[in-house]
This record gives sequence, C-alpha cells and structure tokens, in this order.
Amino acid sequence: MTADAVVAGQIAESAVLGPQARSRRVGWWGMVLLITTEAMIFAALLSSYFFVRANSNAWPQGGIAAPPLGRISVFTVLLLASSVPLFWGEIAIRRGEIRQLRLALAISFVLGLAFLLNQVNEFRTLGFSAKDNAYASLFIVITGLHGLHLIAGLLMSAVVQIKAGLGWFDADRHQTVLLFSMYWHFVDVVWIFVFSSLYLSTHLR
Amino acid sequence: MTSVEIPSAVDERIERVWADRPGLLGFFTTVDHKRIGIRYIVTSFIFFFIAGLLALVMRAQLAVPNGTVVGADAYNQLFTMHGTIMIFLFNTPVLAGFGNYLVPLMIGARDMAFPRLNAFSYWIFVGAGLFMSLSFVLGKAPNGGWFAYVPLTDKTFSPGINLDFWGLGVAFVGISTTVGAVNFIVTIFKLRAPGMTVNRIPILAWSYVAMGFMVLFAVPAITVSSALLEADRLFGTKFYVPDGGGSALLYQHLFWFWGHPEVYILFIPAVGMVTTMITTFSRRPQAGYVWSVGALMGIAFISFGVWVHHMFATGLPTTAMGFFSAASFVIAIPSAVLYMAWIGTMWGGKVRFTTPMLFALGFLIIFLIGGITGVMVASLPFDLQVTDTYFIVAHFHYVLNGAVVFPIFGALYYWLPKMSGRMLSERLGKWSFWTMLVGFNVTFGPMHVLGELGMPRRIYTYDAGLGWAALNMVISLGSLLFAAGTLMTVANIVWSRKHGALAGDDPWQADTLEWSTTSPPPDQNFTAVPVVESLHPLWFPGPVRLAIPADVDTAARTQGEVGALERTTPITSGLDSLPEFEVLVPTPSPLPVLAALGVTIFFIGMLISAAFVLAVGGLVVLGGITTWAWRTEMDHP
Repeated sequence: MTADAVVAGQIAESAVLGPQARSRRVGWWGMVLLITTEAMIFAALLSSYFFVRANSNAWPQGGIAAPPLGRISVFTVLLLASSVPLFWGEIAIRRGEIRQLRLALAISFVLGLAFLLNQVNEFRTLGFSAKDNAYASLFIVITGLHGLHLIAGLLMSAVVQIKAGLGWFDADRHQTVLLFSMYWHFVDVVWIFVFSSLYLSTHLR
Repeated sequence: MTSVEIPSAVDERIERVWADRPGLLGFFTTVDHKRIGIRYIVTSFIFFFIAGLLALVMRAQLAVPNGTVVGADAYNQLFTMHGTIMIFLFNTPVLAGFGNYLVPLMIGARDMAFPRLNAFSYWIFVGAGLFMSLSFVLGKAPNGGWFAYVPLTDKTFSPGINLDFWGLGVAFVGISTTVGAVNFIVTIFKLRAPGMTVNRIPILAWSYVAMGFMVLFAVPAITVSSALLEADRLFGTKFYVPDGGGSALLYQHLFWFWGHPEVYILFIPAVGMVTTMITTFSRRPQAGYVWSVGALMGIAFISFGVWVHHMFATGLPTTAMGFFSAASFVIAIPSAVLYMAWIGTMWGGKVRFTTPMLFALGFLIIFLIGGITGVMVASLPFDLQVTDTYFIVAHFHYVLNGAVVFPIFGALYYWLPKMSGRMLSERLGKWSFWTMLVGFNVTFGPMHVLGELGMPRRIYTYDAGLGWAALNMVISLGSLLFAAGTLMTVANIVWSRKHGALAGDDPWQADTLEWSTTSPPPDQNFTAVPVVESLHPLWFPGPVRLAIPADVDTAARTQGEVGALERTTPITSGLDSLPEFEVLVPTPSPLPVLAALGVTIFFIGMLISAAFVLAVGGLVVLGGITTWAWRTEMDHP
C-alpha cells in the first residue's frame, strides 16, 4: 500500500466505524467488573451485619424496634419497577426510537427519585443515630451507601437524559445507555439483598 | 514478526497521531501505557527506598540490646510505615507498573483498554502516596501496626491524627488498585492480537488476569474494614466497639479477607515474571503451560479460603480453624505444580545464567523456604507457638520480600533494555544479585531462630542477657548488605543510561511479542499488529500475514498501518481472538489527573473533617468524571 493510498484510505475508513456489535464491548466488560467489585462491598457489609447479629443477644440492639415493613415495601416495589422502563428504553434505542428512550429514562428517573426521597424521609424519622450501637451503625451505613449509589445512578441518568435530549444516540451508537442501565439494574438488585437482610430478616422469629 | 514496509511519510504521520503534547502539559495529560508504566515503576521504587530506609533505622535500633537510636513511639511509626509503604505503595504499584508497560506489548495491543482510566489510576496512586507521606512531614505517621487492629487503633487508644492517615490512605490507594485491575482484565480479554487464542496467552498476561480478579474480590473488604474504622474514629459509630454491641474481631475478619489474598495478589504477577524469564533463558517451550495457568487460578481461588490462619490466636471455634488450616495446606499443591513446571522447563532446556535468570533462581530458593515455613505456620499447634514472634517476621519477608522483590529486580534486568533501549551491566548485575541473596538470607534467616528463642515482633528494644543480641547484630549487618545490593542495581541503571550497550529489538532471543518491536517501542507499539500463531510467537512464528482472513477489509483496517494512522487498536473475540472491530485509543487528556486531584482533595477533607474541602473535592471529581463521560458517543462509537 503506498502512502497516498494509506492516507486516502484513512479518510475513507474513518467514516466506516459502524455497527460491529458481534461480541461484548470493552465498556460492557468494564461495567461488569465494576459491578462485581461494588457487589463485593455490599457483600462485605452484609456479612458484617450478620456477623455482629450472630454475636448479639438481642436484635436489633438497644431496644430499637425492628424496622417497619409497610411503606418501605411499597417503595421497594417502585424501585424495582424503575428497571422495567429501562429494558423498554434499551429495546427502543436499538430500533433507533429516541423518543421512547427519553420517556423510558424519565419514568425510571422519577421512580428512583421517589424511592430516594422516601429514604431521606425515613432517615429523618429514624429515632436512633449511628452512634447508638452497632446495629444502628450498620443499618445507617448500609442503607446510606445504597442511597449514595442511587444518587450516583440518578446523576448518571441525568447525564444520559441530556445526551438523549441532544439526540446523540441512534440505533448504532448507544453504548452509554446500555452501560447506564446495567448500573441502574445493579443498584436495584442490591436493594433486594439489603431489603431482605435489614428489613425482612429482622422480622423472622 | 509481521513486517510490512511502510513509507517514511506515513511513519511521520503515525508519529504525529500518537505523539503526546510537548513539555509539562504532556507530562500531566499522557495516556500512553508505556509512559504510565515506567512512571509507576519509578514512583514505587522511590517508596521502596523510603521504606527500606525505615527498616534500616529499625535495624540500627535493634542491633544492640537497649538501643537508643529511636524511642518507642518513633519505632511504632517506623514499623507501621515500613509495612504500609512496602505493601501499598511499593509492591502493589510496582507490579501494576510492569503490567502496564508489558501487558499491551505482550498481547500485541497498541494500548490498554481504558488508557485514561489508566492515567487516573496512576495519579490516584500518587495522590494516596503523597497523602500518606504527609504524615511524615507532620511527624504524625501511623503507629498502630500495618494491620491496624482495633481496639488499639480506635479513638480512645490512638487519639491522634496518625491512624487517620492510614485508614483513609488505604481506602484511597484501593481505588487505584481496583481500576487498574479492571483495566488489566478487559485489556487481556479483548485487546489481544489476532490469533492469540486462550491457549496462546503469555503466562505473564494470565498472571495479571488472576491478580485482577483477586483484586476485584479482595480489595472491597479492606475498603470496608478501613472505612468502618474511620467511621468509628471520625463519627463515633460502634462497628468495632464491643461496649456498643460491635465486634473487634469483625475488623480482623474483614482485614484478612483482603490481607491473605493480597499476598497472592503480589505473588502471582511475580510468578508470571519468573516463568517468563525461566522460559526465555532455558531456550525451550514452557513446560506444563496449561498446568501452570491452572495453578495460578487455583492459588487465586483457594487464597480466599485461608484468611483465618492469621487469626489462630484469637480463640475461634476449633472446627473453623481446622478448615482454614486445611485450606492453608492445600494451597501448597498448586505452588508445587508451579515448581514442577519451572524445574521441567529448565530440565529440558539449555539454561543461560544471565542476571535475570539468577534472580529467578534466587526466587526459587527463597520462595521454597518461605513456602515451607508457610506450611509450618499453617499448622495450628505450631502457629500458636510462634504467633507474634520473629519467626512470622522471617516467614513473611521470605514470601513478600524474597519472592516478590527478587522477581521484580530480575524483571528490571530483563525488561529495562526494552524500556530504555540499553542493556544493564551483567557484571554489576551479578554482583548486585549475589550481594542481595547473601544479604537477604543473613537478614531474614536468623529471624527464624530468634522467633524460636521467643523474641516478639514489634518491640523497640530488648534487654541484654536474653540471648538475642548476637543474632540481632548479624541481622542488622545483613540488612546493610541487602541494601548495598539493591543500590548496586540503582547504580547499574544510572550507568546504563549512557554507557549500556544498545539492546536492539530482542537482546535475549526471547519468545514473546514485546521483543518484536523496537527498544524502546514506538508510541503506537506496533505499526502493523502481529498475527499470533503459537504460544511462543517469536520462536515459532507462522506465515507472515496481516490478518485472519474472515473479512479482509476489516483485517487490513484494524491491523495495518491504517489502524496506526487512525489511532485505533483491534478488538478481538474473547476465546478465539478473531478480529472483530477496532476502537479509537483516547487522546491525551487532563481529565484523569484532574479527577484524581479531586479525590485527593476529598480525602484531605475527610482527614481534617472540613465539610467545605470535602465539597470542593466532591465537585471536582463530579465535574471531572462527567466531562470525561460526556463525549463517549463521539469517541467510542
């Protein structure tokens, strides 16, 4: 290949970077591994929770009542439901329908935000502080960390929504959407474990 | 390998496409894995010599009974910082540095999978290193031991800021290790040259895969353990406070769930280096390649089931301890498999005793001793006798100093010619090796005996008449010898910069791809990406060609000079390494260093409990990362 041909080729080829999703992208792997290590953080914290609990006579400690299940169950359903529109959005953008994607992102954002606001409200009416005892510390740090992840997810969602609003995604270029929804699903799935451990299991007698 | 003639006009264009910005700006914005790798190595060696100096001060204090060089509190700071710096700021990052430099070259890629993340990882390491070093400047270095057990390290018994440097610094540097691990795994999974199927991946690359997965599963545990420690210290939570319903033992569990795999996180890349060097200098294909890779994965897996052997003296239930003791024995089996493979390779080969090979052989002896004492302390009754004595100090220096530092020095002699283009002096190298080997064994060998004689760890002085004086003097002299040996290598490196013989592409007649490019390699690593036909591509090359011919256009574009001109690197399928498409290698950017600066400010805010500083740091991170993520649809279609 001569120099001219290479240069000409470069210009021609740069336009060709097209659809090639035959296998997993590097971004997909990056997100999977990030989620793996994040999941380990929650695993370590939940293990700590059960370790301390196994070594305690009373649980919750210090006469704190077991966390009530009513409201949080409703909001848990809302949080888990927030994943559903993202599935729809992913399918939509694969077909290039960016309006549907925008709507899906917005619905999921509102559901996530509702859950977060309920958490903030619950924190304000908790009746105990993280300094009281190990149960209180664990409860607040674990739910708080999940809340931080949710805030991160909402911020990501905001960025993705701006990009969607600017019309940067199409049927071929939407990796950000896929990576963001992976993270969002992770935050939802982690909550199943947190909810089962911190809320449901305290009511087991 | 594949040599395609390229007109010089194109050469210049390629150079321009890959060049960094000039001067200081280029220094802070580069994303070139080679520059970052070398920087990692240099920075971590600075920490190596700082921590070594701390050790020499300790040895000066202990050389004679009732030593008066330093007082008790200074001594506490010395051993704490020696261990902390060696583990977190030398061993881990220096291996990341070698991996950064070597992995893309070895697998035939033009850069790492996430070059900007790579730069971020380095700057985080620098930030965390400076953060922890700040404690020296303030004279308030951590003093609770490198594993910082509670309750000694809680606010009641360690009221100063000292321990906060440790707790926060450890979580801080963990960010760097974690993103580095992600980068290694994805790079090796997806960026391999066409034809480098899973059974042709060099063992060094495999070792970084194993190391990466261990980091992802282990580091969260120490992030949590130190975060909870800091929560207890800064915010008064009760995680580790028994009076508040917490558990001091919880800290040890979390810490060692990371701590034991960490030993292997350091050791496994060192194994990769040693195996590479032994294969090259035995002049024959690696024996038992599949077994060795399996053994690495086995070690990585089993290492998560042995952490309690650090806690035998805490009074856990016997059944539990029996399990962990058994698992600790079991881990000797894959290690033995590795030994068989090394011996097998040398047995059937024609060994050349160059300096790197000597370091590899030194490693074999030292790791054998460290491994055997490891099996000894895995046994419960013996461990209870020697816990917290110098026997343990001897054991873990054999495995962490000997079995990691010797491979690293060997790797310097082996790969520095590739990095700098100049050979090191073999004569001075051999002097350095023998001085280090003798110095090492004179330093740490007698510690086994001292431990048997009952000398506890971490005492800043001891009385005459306990029978420890003579051995301690020997140890202190040995440590000087060891230090002199390491300095000879430094002198050798400095000397080689001007006077070393030119290395040429492949001074060792080695087998892996990094030797197919020039020394030092061009910015794009490979103008034409090689096609790999065997496990030892330079020894058994296949027919020279551009690509696997599934789709000739794609192949020519991804692997030829067009790819180099477009600043792309090929992406291949995970198992068969068939070329699929190409990704653009990100251009130099100030965002990684900016985001790392934000993280540093954030941690300083935590340290001094200043909400304003915290907020500033948080905003810089947020802004940096958002900007970073902003144009990905343009950069990575």
